[in-house]
Amino acid sequence: MQKFIKFEKSPSIISCYSVVGKHEKEGPIGECFDEYSHDDTFGKKSWEQAESEMQRMALRGAINKSGLNNDEIDLLIAGDLLNQCVGSTYGLVSFDIPYIGIYGACSTCALGLALGASLLEGGMCEKCASVTSSHYCSSERQFRFPLEYGGQRTPTSQWTVTGSGAFILGKEGNIKIKSAMFGKSVDMGVTDINNMGAAMAPAAVDTICSFLQNSSHRVEDFDMIVTGDLGYEGSEILKDLLLSKDIDIRKNHVDCGLLIYDRFSQDKHAGGSGCGCSASVLAGNILKNMEAGAIHDILFIGTGALMNPMTLYQGQSIPSIAHLVHIGR
Amino acid sequence: MNKEDYNKYISMRAKKSPILKNCCFAFLIGGFICTLGRVFLDAYIYFGIEQKDASSLASMTLIFIAFVLTCFGVFDNIAKIAGGGTLVPITGFANSIVSSAIDSKSEGYICGVGAKIFSIAGPVILYGITSGVLYGIIYYFCTFLR
Repeated sequence: MQKFIKFEKSPSIISCYSVVGKHEKEGPIGECFDEYSHDDTFGKKSWEQAESEMQRMALRGAINKSGLNNDEIDLLIAGDLLNQCVGSTYGLVSFDIPYIGIYGACSTCALGLALGASLLEGGMCEKCASVTSSHYCSSERQFRFPLEYGGQRTPTSQWTVTGSGAFILGKEGNIKIKSAMFGKSVDMGVTDINNMGAAMAPAAVDTICSFLQNSSHRVEDFDMIVTGDLGYEGSEILKDLLLSKDIDIRKNHVDCGLLIYDRFSQDKHAGGSGCGCSASVLAGNILKNMEAGAIHDILFIGTGALMNPMTLYQGQSIPSIAHLVHIGR
Repeated sequence: MNKEDYNKYISMRAKKSPILKNCCFAFLIGGFICTLGRVFLDAYIYFGIEQKDASSLASMTLIFIAFVLTCFGVFDNIAKIAGGGTLVPITGFANSIVSSAIDSKSEGYICGVGAKIFSIAGPVILYGITSGVLYGIIYYFCTFLR
């Protein structure tokens, strides 16, 4: 049984900041992001350093927005897609704040928020920061092919977002993290690296069903049910599978991977992915709408595919996970 | 839904790659590359180079063009449309080596370029040479028996 964690002390998001690359800036919600770079190298020599720079910019921006000093933040919880989370480690070392590196693939943003809120609720810290990033170029190198390699992508494949989102969590703030639920690994035997949406959708179904069963909430209670990032294929599967369990989220479901790009004009096939996708869309778009009063309550479900190329070459399938955070005013 | 049913369901609903369109583009662009190779071959012969040397030079010219296009970030945009059309001719082989070299340059010339340059082309080289050797042995015994 998954534990539904209701936060009584209302941990809140004090500030958030988003940094993205060129393609994301040119997307339908490009205007929302706080900072961007026309050059995906972010002025650095390697793609890995570029990703670290993005995290540094995102956290610097979030701290400045919150009006706090570095030493007032007790803990950094950060993650990315690179081996050993080097994007976070190298990017955030200069802040001189205690650091926990986490890995949840594309679910890292939700995982970081849920962990941070739990630590605040438990009184382990007064203020903490959650930072997440992904970079198209560093991810392609690690998970697929060299960048200039000439190949074709399938219609179900997703495009890793170049973006980062940082959140400062504390106890005062209008936007509250009301509850959370950590997901279970779910493996439905999918082996296609070009259909991550299909691999991750069952994990999202599992977490959403558990949440609805264990909390008193219904689907209608939320202005938005935000998944990050199932893309087109995974979103359709999610809605289908939930409908077969008599749960209809078709009216209020959105997916960060579908919001960030115009997948037809920008040629992004099934949409965006990568843990920087949900982080930058949440920080840049959704929470700003919530701050403005346009939306009040959302379920944010981060979905991640927990594999690496080696396990796939060995013929193993892709286990996935979905962590859930209930955010509201 | 069990794993088997789920995998049937997702493969049934997944949009398939447009095979006919891809094949047409592969045929046209792959055909264009091969024609280009023929043009180079004839041109080299016209300028007085021997047939054997001219065919090596034609291959080298195609490799050079693929190298330049890869370096300027153009090759992958063509390959996105051409698919097998750019992959199967020698241009695909050149692209796989050059792209690996560019990508691994940040790790230095030994641990980066040196170690990873054949990361994609490696299987082609290994099994290409192996099958060449096997073919040679079979050919040798066939001619010996004759």
